[in-house]
Amino acid sequence: MKLTTISRKPLSFVAATTAAVGGLLGLFVGTANGSGAIGILAGGALLAVLALILPRFDNEALARWLTVGLFILLGSLFGGLPLMLLGIFVGWFFGWFIFWLYEGRYRAKLPPYATAKQVLWHYTFRVICGAIFIFLITPIIVVMPLSFNAEDFFTFTPEMLRLDPDGYSLKHYRDFFTNNEWQRSFKNSLIIAPIATIISVSLGTLAAIGLSQSHVPGRRAIMAILISPMIVPLIISATGMFFFYSDIGNFLEGTVGLGKNFVGYVKVILAHAVLGIPFVIITVTATLVGFDRSLTRAAANMGANPVTTFFRVQMPLILPGVISGGLFAFITSFDEVVVVLFVGSASQKTLPWQMFTGLREQISPTILAVATILVVISIALLTTVELLRRRSERLRGMSPG
Amino acid sequence: MSDASDATTAKRGPTPDDGLKVAKSGPVLAADGTPLKRSLARALRMQKMRALMLIAPLLVFVLLSFIVPIVSMLFRSVENEIVENTLPYTTEQLAQWDGTTDQLPGEPVYQALYFDMFLAAELKRHTRLGTRLNYESTGMSSLFRQSGRKLDDPGKDYRKAFQGVDDGWTDSATWLSLMTGDPSADRDTALVKAQKARLARLDDTRLPGLPEFAPSTEISELLPLTARTYTAFAVMTELVDEKDMAKAKPIESVYVALAADLAAADVTGYSGPEADRLKALAASGAATAPDFAAIFADIDKDWANVATWRTIQTHAAPYTSGYFLNAVDMRKTPEGAQAQPEDKRILVKLFIRTLIMSLIITGSCILLGYPVAWILANLPMRSANLLMILVLLPFWTSLLVRTSAWKVMLQQQGVINEVLVWLGMVNDADRLVLINNQTGTIIAMTHILLPFMILPMYSVMQTIQPSYLRAAKSLGATNWTAFWRVYFPQTVPGIGAGSILVFILSIGYYITPEIVGGTKGVFISNRIAYHISSSLNWGLAAALGTILLIVVLLLYWAYDKIVGIDNVKLG
Repeated sequence: MKLTTISRKPLSFVAATTAAVGGLLGLFVGTANGSGAIGILAGGALLAVLALILPRFDNEALARWLTVGLFILLGSLFGGLPLMLLGIFVGWFFGWFIFWLYEGRYRAKLPPYATAKQVLWHYTFRVICGAIFIFLITPIIVVMPLSFNAEDFFTFTPEMLRLDPDGYSLKHYRDFFTNNEWQRSFKNSLIIAPIATIISVSLGTLAAIGLSQSHVPGRRAIMAILISPMIVPLIISATGMFFFYSDIGNFLEGTVGLGKNFVGYVKVILAHAVLGIPFVIITVTATLVGFDRSLTRAAANMGANPVTTFFRVQMPLILPGVISGGLFAFITSFDEVVVVLFVGSASQKTLPWQMFTGLREQISPTILAVATILVVISIALLTTVELLRRRSERLRGMSPG
Repeated sequence: MSDASDATTAKRGPTPDDGLKVAKSGPVLAADGTPLKRSLARALRMQKMRALMLIAPLLVFVLLSFIVPIVSMLFRSVENEIVENTLPYTTEQLAQWDGTTDQLPGEPVYQALYFDMFLAAELKRHTRLGTRLNYESTGMSSLFRQSGRKLDDPGKDYRKAFQGVDDGWTDSATWLSLMTGDPSADRDTALVKAQKARLARLDDTRLPGLPEFAPSTEISELLPLTARTYTAFAVMTELVDEKDMAKAKPIESVYVALAADLAAADVTGYSGPEADRLKALAASGAATAPDFAAIFADIDKDWANVATWRTIQTHAAPYTSGYFLNAVDMRKTPEGAQAQPEDKRILVKLFIRTLIMSLIITGSCILLGYPVAWILANLPMRSANLLMILVLLPFWTSLLVRTSAWKVMLQQQGVINEVLVWLGMVNDADRLVLINNQTGTIIAMTHILLPFMILPMYSVMQTIQPSYLRAAKSLGATNWTAFWRVYFPQTVPGIGAGSILVFILSIGYYITPEIVGGTKGVFISNRIAYHISSSLNWGLAAALGTILLIVVLLLYWAYDKIVGIDNVKLG
């Protein structure tokens, strides 16, 4: 049911508003071509005329297609293919914008009593929020096309802007998959992160089940200790671990006589396992809050021993929480650089470490290719966690949200 | 049959009404006949034990691999045993010296220093002490390194002189038989143990077992200094180098010790092994009393400088506040804590800069996060979930990816500058300097920490009823009043939670400032990393880390009071 009825607005209002927006766009075009003032005037005038003409068409769809056509033409006058593509977008926007104003659609979703100022603020606020969202996402968006750069530059080359296929290549990806340094660090990450995750998930899940029992002496203190690796700044954890693990390492190498390389991996894996534990504890205890305890009692009543009860009844129900905790632990280890920098030695160099040295010393665009791969991985992980969260809520009888 | 029925009655198990039957006369009993109270207490105890058993493996793991390292770091920030371990007798003697006067310490101090330093140089431990004292007063490192090299010379002179009296003094067998004494004589095992402990601390290792050699009590009373020095040499040879005493040439300091002992002791009454040689040597006049103060003044004139001794005395204590004083741009002097010279005061400035920049980052996160959280909380579920992806994607993306993205965008030839130049808003010649300064750090870190601000704000704003705002407006409030007096106060917990989280995260940040901060945009954590990996002043790094840790823990305590640690949510 729509509360607000919308009505057509006077053309003068439509023309003035559109001209203002057109002037703003014209300013950018103008400064890029030499003179800002001419840009403002030309843009404003063009769009004012457009706003006066378009509403006279009875067929809205036709009018909007004509606008798109006009801007494609303008784009091709000023430049090549990229500007024509831009023209499609701008033309579509103005066609939509003029009718949006003229038909009064902008008020459709607002309460009927909203004043003009409130409407203006409403949309200004949306624009501000949009700008912040752009700020959030741009760095990630920019990295992806740059990783296909055919040159060793960190900026868009003229060929790339012309959408010339010669401007793009997969050479940075090829470098990543053939370069020994990158491959070794990638392998190290794939060794360290899963093992650390397994340790933190198995110990963490057990402890979370223990913590969720009704009578645990010193629950708060234990919780504080278990969460502490997340609280303490990484640089401090790294400093502490640096001193401690070098002593442990000397002991393992000297007295026990283990190989240097092996000890190095053990140190890094243990350090990363500790860092992942708080995430497992938090997610699993959160899942256990909604766990119906009478289910375990029912299982016990039917003759299942505690181990069977755990694996057949409790585990399947809390599995989504365990897996998402594990993913958090995995990404913590996979992403971690400070601790491994301090605790590990060169043969345990992980992917983030390699990226870090790359960024600090010999910056090469291969980093952008790696970054893109990592973004794809994190999108996959994010999707998994979100799906698991929904499944968990469904299992616990909550509505997904 | 009666037997069987009797047996069933006697052997039947407990039933629930057993307790009721007894209850009429005494305390309530559980099914197995024990009082119900005790039975329940036992069940509760069992439950607690089971819970603790489940928690124990992880608790032990975290305690061992996380809490112990942190505590050992705290310990390292005050630990200063290196001076006492390297120069044990010197620090003992130096304790009696009054450092406030301009008088140099007396001969016993120089004598102790000679033997301490000689042994340290034999094990190559004196340079470590030099490095340590160099943090306090520059020049100490080279002083110790040089002195270690030149200490052999006086010993060689005495050896030559002794050789002139009797060739046997260069022979290790002579020394061994003199120091061992009569095979049946009493052994001074206390001295051996003391010297073993001294070497273990000096070399920072555990030495298993005892050396075969032990001096006779007679010799260690007659020639105390020689016995001590020779025993230390024996421990070093047998336990550290694992060689045979009968073949080892005595170290040069033994000759110096014997000369010093002979100058003071009367050996005419001695009749043990090698008595004739010893008496001949004492009578020959070759064993003149060494002047240790002159020896050191010869090596380096700094040893005749009161300032050197003051530094050693000030930092001789096994526990020191020196690193903490250094961490706040002060230093430990004989006159107490004093400010560092002007050009060395950087750490307090860095702490203040870290705090200010963290505040700016927190502030900009509030400014940018508030509208986003508001719109997420007020849009319909479907669109809010869609926009939420834009918040969560950066949150899930690797920190290194986001930092490298900002490095690419903010560079002089980077995306932002290129766009601005292309639009004609900035001249090609004066591109904006956005990286390797504070601006770079603030922009990149605001972006990286923004999700941590949005998520707590969002979860608080979700619970606020939109009808409150409408009610305020229908009662005549303007838009601003309705927001400021009704909506905003309800979101304060969310702002508080987000702010503390962002602030805590940002004051401990290392990676991003290191890459985009240049020299002016770095934090205290970068200084800690520098001291760990470059300057190797680990005590100072530990002290800086401890101060940072205390600040963070205080903030978390506040966070716990305001929000509760249990309410930390992920995703």
